[in-house]
Amino acid sequence: MKKQMIFIAAFISALTFSVPAIADAGDSPTLKRIQDSGVVNIGHRETSIPFSYIGANNEPEGYSIDLCHKIVDAIKEQLGVSSLDINYVPVTGQTRIPLIANGTIDMECGSTTNNLTRQKQVEYLPTTFITGTKIASKVGSGISELEDMNGMVIGMSAGTTNEKAIKAAIAAGGLDIKVVTVKDHSQGWLALKTDRIDAYGSDDVLLYGLISKSDNPSNYQVTGRFLSFDPYALMVQRNDSTFERLGRATIAGLMRSGEMAEIYAKWFEPGPTSINMPMSSTLRVAFQVQALPN
Amino acid sequence: MFELDFSVIPANSSLLWEGIKMTFLLTGLAIVGGIILGTFLALLRIAKIPVLSQFSAAYVNFFRSLPLILVIFWLFFLVPLIVGRPVGAFSSVLVAFILFEAAYYSEIIRAGINSVRLGQLAAARAMGLTYIQSMRYVILPQAFRAMTPILLTQAIILFQDTSLVYVVGLRDFLVSAEIVANRDQRLVEMFLFVALVYFVFCFAASLGVKYLQKRINNEL
Amino acid sequence: MNYNWDWGILFRDPYLGWMISALGWTILISILAWIIAFSLGSILGIFRTSSKKSLRLIATCYVELFRNIPLLVQIFLWYFVFPELLTDDWSRWVKRDMPYPALTTAIISIGLYTASRVCEQVRSGINAVGEDQRQAGRAIGMTEVQVYKYVLLPNAYRIILPPLTSEFLTIFKNSSLALTIGVIELTAMTRQIEEYTFQGFEAFTAATIIYSLVTFTVMALMQQIDRRTALPGSFSKGAS
Repeated sequence: MKKQMIFIAAFISALTFSVPAIADAGDSPTLKRIQDSGVVNIGHRETSIPFSYIGANNEPEGYSIDLCHKIVDAIKEQLGVSSLDINYVPVTGQTRIPLIANGTIDMECGSTTNNLTRQKQVEYLPTTFITGTKIASKVGSGISELEDMNGMVIGMSAGTTNEKAIKAAIAAGGLDIKVVTVKDHSQGWLALKTDRIDAYGSDDVLLYGLISKSDNPSNYQVTGRFLSFDPYALMVQRNDSTFERLGRATIAGLMRSGEMAEIYAKWFEPGPTSINMPMSSTLRVAFQVQALPN
Repeated sequence: MFELDFSVIPANSSLLWEGIKMTFLLTGLAIVGGIILGTFLALLRIAKIPVLSQFSAAYVNFFRSLPLILVIFWLFFLVPLIVGRPVGAFSSVLVAFILFEAAYYSEIIRAGINSVRLGQLAAARAMGLTYIQSMRYVILPQAFRAMTPILLTQAIILFQDTSLVYVVGLRDFLVSAEIVANRDQRLVEMFLFVALVYFVFCFAASLGVKYLQKRINNEL
Repeated sequence: MNYNWDWGILFRDPYLGWMISALGWTILISILAWIIAFSLGSILGIFRTSSKKSLRLIATCYVELFRNIPLLVQIFLWYFVFPELLTDDWSRWVKRDMPYPALTTAIISIGLYTASRVCEQVRSGINAVGEDQRQAGRAIGMTEVQVYKYVLLPNAYRIILPPLTSEFLTIFKNSSLALTIGVIELTAMTRQIEEYTFQGFEAFTAATIIYSLVTFTVMALMQQIDRRTALPGSFSKGAS
């Protein structure tokens, strides 16, 4: 009888101790992966200023990185651990989607546009920024729209919506513009600086960021109409709705509490790179609309 | 034109040093892995069982026909999809290097084994050693001694090949230098510096190999 | 494994056209770089074995310089550094007005790099023909140029045919490095197709098959030619 009691007691305590483990990661492959390894893999960009870039201390920092850190805090709470290691994985426009799809990174914290084609491979959290494709050139080049660039050279980053939008615009307008693809924004900006290209096409906020960091900001201009509509959002793996919900809840919470506006101000008004872009009314409304109640 | 400013190099010395360490780490592990797998492949190739030797030959010919960049891309992007879990940049690149370089090492080692006189194997068997024991204590040591200079030359080539991790952004020496170059707009200085460092290491290593070769030739 | 297979994707327009044009660039780079490598490499190989010390020195310096710097670094030096060291007009021309700047830079840098390797092969071929042959030529009154032209080179090339073929195949594989400066050759194209269609496996498999096939074909061709041109009484060095 005593043996039986001990056995039952042991069985019940074993059950109680095992239940939290099941409740933590749930059915989320991403959370399970993080729980097993104790590491969160964050994909970052190297020169997407001010969203995700390598700062003066050689570490990734930026608006999107700060948002991801908030999500990491939420993961810690969900898993019931006091600390998690963060492994920063550099990504480019070309590599970011394959690396989320194959699980090398748990979330991508960069300057990625949310569109329906990409949603075949990845999933997006709520929109964090709204921008569109414009072109940057040197002052005095006489370029204001894409159509002014007949016979000139334009550069774009590989794997971006800008690349597809500009190529489509060139084809639609029958324009005679040479296209050069570069690996990432830093290469593109350098190509513009050294006159390898006449204009660099990218999201307008990124162009302002690159200008603010260059050594002669007044030399450059951003011109032209929006050639695409680009809402930014953080990327996570597809088919992992539990992890997605965690991310959404975190971002919605930030929007509800007003912390989102604070983080925005930290990086954009004027921000460490003096980019100075006050929050547009469109973005303000977007934050209000996405601030889902608990 | 000439406003070179080399002070950006000492200013970023810790980042560059991390890059150099990564390059050496990758090279060292790839050499060890490549030689081990290469030896295994070489032994398979000279085995009497056709299936084994054909497999080894197919492996070697296959990997020697592909560009290293393609192998790196396969391991980095597609293998995690197959395996079903993430592999990590460093591991996938390391595996790519080991698989690739093993094909080249196996040819060198096979030539080395073949250069050891046939009589040695027969003598070892006559003395009662098994095939494995003969390989381990008699043939391979001699083969490796003779092949050391060529193995080392291949190691220098591997050291240069590690620069290809550029395509996946792993922070080796070249990539770290490029980060500094792009961030501080000092391309000329940084790339010249990278070329100089590689040149000094590889040239010194190749002189070392020549010296080693002379010593081996004098011994024989 | 979360993956939608679609093996027919590569046979559909525009992807088939893309692959073919990319393969075309790869072949173009390989052939033009080989022309540079072979001609310059042969000249350097002759210098390296010549009786004049100054020529030997030039060739040795070239080989050591180009062999001890990784090819990728050399490509970057030519593409990013070289134009900055020129005067403004030439600089602009090299960077944009020259036809196909990235392609030309890739061809020249791969060609110059491989020339150093070809030089070593030619040198070993000439050495294999033998000092005695050279002396015999001089003894019957040939000038050094004639010795090279009629005695050394014809035999050297036949000896080194397999390693030279190997060097050509190395150029073919190294053409993939051109993707780092924006040339959309075969490997770059597979990434681009993966980007547009998300059918990475199919694209990569196609590229892998193409590289293997070309290597296999060239090696088979080489073996045929070698059989006919090999020097009687010598065994050809296995292509290694």
